[in-house]
Amino acid sequence: MKTPLALAISAAALAFTSTTLADDPKPGGTVNTIVQPEPPGLVLGMIQNAPTRTVAGNIYEGLLRYTTDLEPMPQLAESWEVSDDGRTYTFHLRDDVTWHDGEAFTAEDVVFSADVFHRELNPSARAVLQHVESIEATDDHTVVFTLTQPFGPFLLSFEAGTFTMVPEHLYAGTEFRDNEHNDHPIGTGPFKFADWERGTVIELVKNEEYYEDDLPYLDGVNWHVIPDGASRAVAFENGTIDVLPSGTVENFDIPRLAEMDNVCMTEKGHEYFSPFAMLWMNNREGPTADKRFRQAVMYAMDREFARDVLWNGLGKVPLSAFGSNARFQNDDLEPYDHNPERARELLDEMGYDGEEITILPLPYGETWTRWAEAVQQNLREVGINVETQATDVGGWNQRLGDWDYDLAFTYLYQYGDPALGISRTYLSDNIAKGSPWNNVEGYENERVDELFNEAATAFPEEEREKLYREVQEILHEDVPVGWLMELGFPTLYRCDVKNLVTSGVGVNDGFKDAWLDR
Amino acid sequence: MSFFARFAQNRGALVGLIILLVIIAMAILAPLLFPESPWRMVQRPFLPPLSQDGFPLGTDTMGRNVASGLMHGAWVSLLIGLVSTSVALLIGVPLGAIAGYYGGLIDDVLMRFTEFFQTIPNFALAIVLVAIMQPSITSIVLAIAIVSWPPVARLVRAEFMSLRNREYVEAARLVGQSNTTIIIRQILPNTLSPIIVLASLMVATAILLESALSFLGLGDPNVMSWGYMIGAARTVIRQAWWLSFFPGVAILLTVLALNLVGEGLDDALNPKLSRER
Repeated sequence: MKTPLALAISAAALAFTSTTLADDPKPGGTVNTIVQPEPPGLVLGMIQNAPTRTVAGNIYEGLLRYTTDLEPMPQLAESWEVSDDGRTYTFHLRDDVTWHDGEAFTAEDVVFSADVFHRELNPSARAVLQHVESIEATDDHTVVFTLTQPFGPFLLSFEAGTFTMVPEHLYAGTEFRDNEHNDHPIGTGPFKFADWERGTVIELVKNEEYYEDDLPYLDGVNWHVIPDGASRAVAFENGTIDVLPSGTVENFDIPRLAEMDNVCMTEKGHEYFSPFAMLWMNNREGPTADKRFRQAVMYAMDREFARDVLWNGLGKVPLSAFGSNARFQNDDLEPYDHNPERARELLDEMGYDGEEITILPLPYGETWTRWAEAVQQNLREVGINVETQATDVGGWNQRLGDWDYDLAFTYLYQYGDPALGISRTYLSDNIAKGSPWNNVEGYENERVDELFNEAATAFPEEEREKLYREVQEILHEDVPVGWLMELGFPTLYRCDVKNLVTSGVGVNDGFKDAWLDR
Repeated sequence: MSFFARFAQNRGALVGLIILLVIIAMAILAPLLFPESPWRMVQRPFLPPLSQDGFPLGTDTMGRNVASGLMHGAWVSLLIGLVSTSVALLIGVPLGAIAGYYGGLIDDVLMRFTEFFQTIPNFALAIVLVAIMQPSITSIVLAIAIVSWPPVARLVRAEFMSLRNREYVEAARLVGQSNTTIIIRQILPNTLSPIIVLASLMVATAILLESALSFLGLGDPNVMSWGYMIGAARTVIRQAWWLSFFPGVAILLTVLALNLVGEGLDDALNPKLSRER
């Protein structure tokens, strides 16, 4: 029922993007935007948190870029081939790329970045590299990755934030973390690092030597640091700031800011991350250990209400464990719609005796608190005896890590492929006390383990799809966690900033194509 | 003159009493007039006051009935005010009585202990206590009681010091009454009037403290209180004034009424000290 609507919305968004492409880009101008919070450093590959990615994704580059449909686009690699057995990936690099210090970018840089730098410093790259047998530069501009076995999401791992290309001539043989160039990052990207006034602004200037003709159009991008949310909103209102990347203002400010003249909003640009809000349900003990109880919770929640009222209508109500941006979504599944009657029936059937359960809201601000209130009310209305327990971030992490909860809110990134961002929540070998990010719910199902593991390395795609569809059916029935919402993380910007969000990571590498119509 | 007549002489106190009775009536009638949970999302969000039948004060950010929240909130606020004041009296009165009656080393030790609490800013201590104990009705009541007993102890101590050498106390001693009996049967009844006046003001302070805690998000998340309503409405104050206005007025009136009543009690219980008018 809601799928056609969601489709219509994304179709409208697509149409909108393509019309803006029709204008002739003008060079010049500087864009002012926000980075929140201030990043600890800008050397992507050494630091992977969100603010670093947002700024440094315009300084550094990866071999590939991704469209908003997560299709790979050429970046440092102009073309690539995958062998028939899915084990050999050959990348042909551009031969006209130079680092910001003038040195040429070659295949040796790729081998160094992937095989040495990331193996040592980057946990998310390491997770991919465990499938890689060897990385070889066959000539100056060709790199061959040989995998131990086919790994479906491999081609999705070359985004700038995950597989950053770092200059071998500056880092090889040094202590990476103490390298003097960490204060002045050198990449291959469209913008060069100019200045960082701590606590105030990070200035990037145009890379005049950039290898793509005419790009970038902008003379520079200033990333302002404004610690207070209300002040950020005001800075945007009064015109100091041109672009508000998602997550930089509170949810409740968004409708007001979006209604202003000359302000545009897009939900595109987060497909690579696709934040997915979930309700952890403790599968180990209490009523939540019963599958029927968990299904009842799904039927009891009015998720559309939450989306419309709390998230200003942005985002999507998910069908099941796989979000709509994830590959291989099985959309034949029957949605868990808001059906209190069905929820009560399930509770009767299991003989729920009114045992009190607790719910932990995510301590990330107003919206999440209100959301917990709404869910608590939904659950009470079907007869579930539920109490909310407020915690701070530390308490939340600790209680989830210790499995000391019944229901708890969270959200996780999906990273475009089930093997990267989804299976980790359901695989039983990912159950480990102490972390709030693994299989916290304690779901164990041998068949699900088998299917996920097989699907990660199955080849070709059709084979993977078959396995993933089956796993979704099982998860849909078992409801190991509650699937709340695929969050819409909107980017707000002045409408005269054109062509800003063109990739699946949004402003993280978006200023490359952006231009100012002023 | 009867007690009530003396009380009623203070016009302000009478007004305060009427307001207080109305608020108590609200608290009692809440479950009858609004049997549904105040958390229930019943209408579309952000309905302005008087725009729809059954929603005289409009609806909040999530479509909950503001009037229902206000009525149920009265119960919570009064309950917290009364219980936490009682707990504070239970701590403060015995400590003050013992310190004032015995004097000397016992007095020194107890008063240094009291000062230890007095030197920490009330509100900061309350926040820390609630944060440590996890927000719930019990932890809030305890935190408020813990920060508000020192004035009680000091007041009771002062009263005891001035009364302990009176002749009737000496007489009781001569008769052979034990110290405990003297404290409880002889002196304490004579200190009741200032304690009652102080207590009425403490209820008001406790309501304010609870509202402030809830405003900061440290309220019991399962209870609809006035402070919570204002805290939740703060972020939308530019779109929906009524969400913070009505609970704000409710807090203002309750605290004002309690202060007026306290003043009236003071007049009625201490006729000699009452101001000329």
